[in-house]
Amino acid sequence: MAYEILRKETLNPQIFLMEILAPAVAKKAEPGQFIILRIDEFGERVPFTIADYDREKGGVTIIVQAVGKTTQDLAKLEAGDSVLDFVGPLGVPTPLEGLKKVAVIGGGLGTAIAYPQAKKLKSLGAEVTAIVGFRSVDFIILNDEMTAASDKLIVATDDGSNGNKGFVTDKLKEELDAGEKFDEVIAIGPLPMMRAVCKLTEQYGVPTTVSMNPVMIDGTGMCGGCRVIVDGQPKFACVDGPDFDGHKIDWDAAMKRQQMYKSHEKQSCADGKCRIGRGK
Amino acid sequence: MPYWKGEITVAKANMRNDKNPMPEQEPNVRNKNFLEVATGYTAEAAIDEAKRCLNCPRKPCVNGCPVGVKIPEFIALVAEGDFEGAYAKISETNALPAVCGRVCPQESQCESKCVRGIKGEPVGIGRLERFVADYYRENCAAKEEIVKPEPNGKKVAVVGSGPSGLTVAGDLAKLGYDVTIYEAFHTAGGVLMYGIPEFRLPKAIVQQEVDKLRKYGVKIETNVVVGKTILVDELFEEMGYDAVYVASGAGLPSFLGIEGEQLNGVYSANEFLTRVNLMKAYRFPEYDTPVYCGNSVAVFGGGNVAMDAARSAKRLGAENVYIVYRRGKEELPARAEEVAHAEEEGVKFLLLQNPTKFIGDENGWLKAVEVVDMELGEPDESGRRRPQVVAGSEHTIEIDAAIISIGQSPNPLIKNTTKGLETNKRGCIVADEKGATSKPFVYAGGDAVTGAATVILAMGAGKTAAQAIHEALQNKN
Repeated sequence: MAYEILRKETLNPQIFLMEILAPAVAKKAEPGQFIILRIDEFGERVPFTIADYDREKGGVTIIVQAVGKTTQDLAKLEAGDSVLDFVGPLGVPTPLEGLKKVAVIGGGLGTAIAYPQAKKLKSLGAEVTAIVGFRSVDFIILNDEMTAASDKLIVATDDGSNGNKGFVTDKLKEELDAGEKFDEVIAIGPLPMMRAVCKLTEQYGVPTTVSMNPVMIDGTGMCGGCRVIVDGQPKFACVDGPDFDGHKIDWDAAMKRQQMYKSHEKQSCADGKCRIGRGK
Repeated sequence: MPYWKGEITVAKANMRNDKNPMPEQEPNVRNKNFLEVATGYTAEAAIDEAKRCLNCPRKPCVNGCPVGVKIPEFIALVAEGDFEGAYAKISETNALPAVCGRVCPQESQCESKCVRGIKGEPVGIGRLERFVADYYRENCAAKEEIVKPEPNGKKVAVVGSGPSGLTVAGDLAKLGYDVTIYEAFHTAGGVLMYGIPEFRLPKAIVQQEVDKLRKYGVKIETNVVVGKTILVDELFEEMGYDAVYVASGAGLPSFLGIEGEQLNGVYSANEFLTRVNLMKAYRFPEYDTPVYCGNSVAVFGGGNVAMDAARSAKRLGAENVYIVYRRGKEELPARAEEVAHAEEEGVKFLLLQNPTKFIGDENGWLKAVEVVDMELGEPDESGRRRPQVVAGSEHTIEIDAAIISIGQSPNPLIKNTTKGLETNKRGCIVADEKGATSKPFVYAGGDAVTGAATVILAMGAGKTAAQAIHEALQNKN
């Protein structure tokens, strides 16, 4: 059985969106959860956070940055093509019930994962301030969606090319300094960004949830490859997370673990063009 | 009738005291490839070995088999050269003979009861079972006609496609049940696929067993995580199943809980073996999944999984592969055959040693492990002598990778999402001797109930539960 790609959209030069037909996953998906897909028999199992879901149509949306072997292979597929394996929803949904005023922070691709959280919070009646950051104006994604999913949207760029220069941490600090009182900050993006947000919110005493995306294989608690140190204890991102209390994460350890397969990834990408016995 | 029948006269038993040896690849050849280590008996060797069986009237060997294979009967057929008949005899009670012939611990089961073992070596029951299954697969399976049984209109869901799930599914399908197996991974087979390496159990053999079940009408849905994609209660309420058998295995790896376990290069045996076996990392970069192994690898633990990990590491090119175990050689829980194979292949055993911390470099990569020497004290509750630390014996071993192989416990996903399903403090599902759980029409077996055990015990549990499910559903409207 294969899983058909219903829709593909380019969001910026590096990032694209894919909606994939997986009714059983769409039926259960909640913000904060993820799926694992494998493109073909030779492929790796790679986790992607669920960016959106359509229970009626049975579609599950993922947003992908083509940076490694699998994501580059995925970028070559179009609507009508399919992937061999698609499993989920995995992980624990982000607990959003009961929150009244929340800052949702997205860094780059992390915006794609922050979006369903903002959308769900809004639907639950919370006041949402969304702060998203990109390298430059050309890399901004999901602007309309985030506008609809928030009460206030702040878009920052590293180079100021959209007229609002700065990092998401700068913008969050401005809000906090202006006296905004958030029940919670939800921060999703690269590890250094999430770490910086946590450092800031710790000073202001605002509870902060982050979404970890480490290397994993099965996504059901079997391999332990995704372990993250939280409050001094190893936790599995796949079954205990992927969301954790950002103030309790051992960020140094998490950042070092992310380097585990960097050299293999390079080899895999380099060799990807000529592969003996490979179908396509 | 096979052509060789009649050419062989079954005279009196062969009274030689030793087993026909199992042909194997040379250690220094096989430790560089992933091909099967043992190459199997020839027909001549099988017949000769079969003649060592005395066909005792009390059949002690059968009592040693968790699925009650009719051992003397099948062996008598082998002795006559009727290998197809022998296969049919084994198949009466065992759905996976090619698997069991390879991975069962016969020395502590059937063969431990063999009368021939009193004076010499027992009959090579496992080797004969394997021979028969391989012969059948290579010569008869293609022409096999499977008659799908008459449907009885009842539906059973099986959670997990490991040995226990495959057994229950096969038995129930043959009784006419509409059986669907739900598997979390992309490939069916459970531990037979992700855990046991190719060189001990070729995946093509497992695949063939799975395909055979499909011919009996068993449906297999991969990429479904019960407890996430679908809940046990939904299997009854929304999908209309009459019973559910939970055989989700013991997949949750235990870690040592010592300093430095987070370093790059430290794996659970589950992760290491899944990368190598299921994801075929030994064929990277043809396959996308990599595995880092380095030049020096230490495996912590002394069970069969530890041997599998160590022997895989050797085959991936590691020069120094160590088994680090806190007790002595006699206490190693692995099968003697696995230990011997590992030793022959160049795995070094560091016995009576226990890790205390992993040491990394400034970039978070493992570079050494600190271990202490142990000595054995008084027996503990398991009856094994308790290892104690020798004070001041700390020393370090330089390693690039560490593989933690100290056990697995059942995955909590089903427990956490199924109301009314009782589990014990180790997270194992509580089931009676027939596999019935605290929840009506939910049965369970295999490692999910016992904690990590053997393939054959999981199959035995499946066999018993299939019978119990059949009895329960016959009386259910």
